[in-house]
Amino acid sequence: MSDEQELRVSKIRDGTVIDHVPGGQALKVLSILGIDGSGGETVSVAMNVPSDELGRKDIVKVEGRELSQAEVDVVSLIAPAATINIVREYDVVEKNRVVRPDRVTGVLTCPNANCITAGSEPVESAFDVLEDGVRCAYCDTILREGIAEHI
Amino acid sequence: MRHDHLISAKQLSRDDIETVLDRAAAIADDPPTREAVLGLLFFEPSTRTKMSFDASMKRLGGSTVDMGSVETSSVKKGETLADTVRVVEGYADALVLRHPSEGAAKMASEFVDVPLINAGDGAGQHPTQTLLDLYTIRENAGLDDLTVGIMGDLKYGRTVHSLADALTNFAARQHFISPESLRLPRSVRYDLHEAGAQVREHEDLEAILPDLDVLYVTRIQRERFPDENEYREVAGQYRIDGDTLAAAPDDLVVMHPLPRVDEIAPGVDATDRAKYFEQAHNGVPVRMALLDLLLENAGDGGESA
Ligand SMILES: [Zn+2]
Repeated sequence: MSDEQELRVSKIRDGTVIDHVPGGQALKVLSILGIDGSGGETVSVAMNVPSDELGRKDIVKVEGRELSQAEVDVVSLIAPAATINIVREYDVVEKNRVVRPDRVTGVLTCPNANCITAGSEPVESAFDVLEDGVRCAYCDTILREGIAEHI
Repeated sequence: MRHDHLISAKQLSRDDIETVLDRAAAIADDPPTREAVLGLLFFEPSTRTKMSFDASMKRLGGSTVDMGSVETSSVKKGETLADTVRVVEGYADALVLRHPSEGAAKMASEFVDVPLINAGDGAGQHPTQTLLDLYTIRENAGLDDLTVGIMGDLKYGRTVHSLADALTNFAARQHFISPESLRLPRSVRYDLHEAGAQVREHEDLEAILPDLDVLYVTRIQRERFPDENEYREVAGQYRIDGDTLAAAPDDLVVMHPLPRVDEIAPGVDATDRAKYFEQAHNGVPVRMALLDLLLENAGDGGESA
């Protein structure tokens, strides 16, 4: 990582920096995390930053909030190479990769319009995470391409 | 059987299946008693399956309460399924659910403490049909070293999905015969692949027919096709009669979940191969056995004899 990029990542005082998000996916990452600005956090987003590994990458910074590993693991569905940096007093005190969870609930909508979760039932969507996709825990529909479109 | 509910054929091990079939086989000689109340919730018209469950519960010495048709129930007023099952749970010791949405039974089971049986969820699963299918296969062809052909609407046919899943427990060779537009859905193919099943897909029956022990025919429905002509043309290719079966082994077992329209010509009915009425009748002892096991497991609903 160049000095310039290092600066971009560690510039916040306290909080979480999600790095190595594929270019253009930052807003989806925020959406997965349920961060829409209504919580009052200072959120900054850098999009399409040149990256050696990804070509173009996005960076998401959430100030004043340390996201737990379980919270950010869902991000792996659209950003498998993402790294999570926990920042305190301008220092990165923890740096982790996202790990694919076994199941994600309440994040994705089922692509099957006839699925029971698509109606008005009081139930959260639930998807089991497969090696190369996700699968609705209710109707069994497998979603491989375009996971981000179902957030 | 260790299950609280029966939602999908995928949850059944070979052991589970054999436990149900063994109990079903013994039921005529030694019928158990279960003075339980079974709640019938049919959100889609299916007189036959409902009658079969109704008869099964009554033959066990129990009784049934019926939600009635959707048009006359609270559902019409916009009640959620989650609410309906929580209300009816208070009237019954076990529930049977038929619903047009995939995943309905799975979701409903999360809201109740009594055993819930999936009697068909959209194009998803129909596991009790599978148990009676397996019972019929076991009686007529045995479940070992089995080659099965499953033909017709494999995409929307929930009986097909459940049967294919269950047959993986018996290492059966499975052949799927359908038009391209009605082939097995990706999720079922995925499960069969994961289970290491021996699966082949065909567009016509002819080449594979001589190898089959069982031919399971399903109905291709008019509404799956945009126009009448296309439907007629396609459906016509997946119809069997005496001529079709001339090339079949003598001891081929022909099955169908019924009702049929004209997929099997009436001329086949009188042959030794036709087992579809026997198959339908097997629904009662098999559902009796299943209800007996689930209620026994739930620890209420009377004594088993
Ligand atoms: Zn679904």
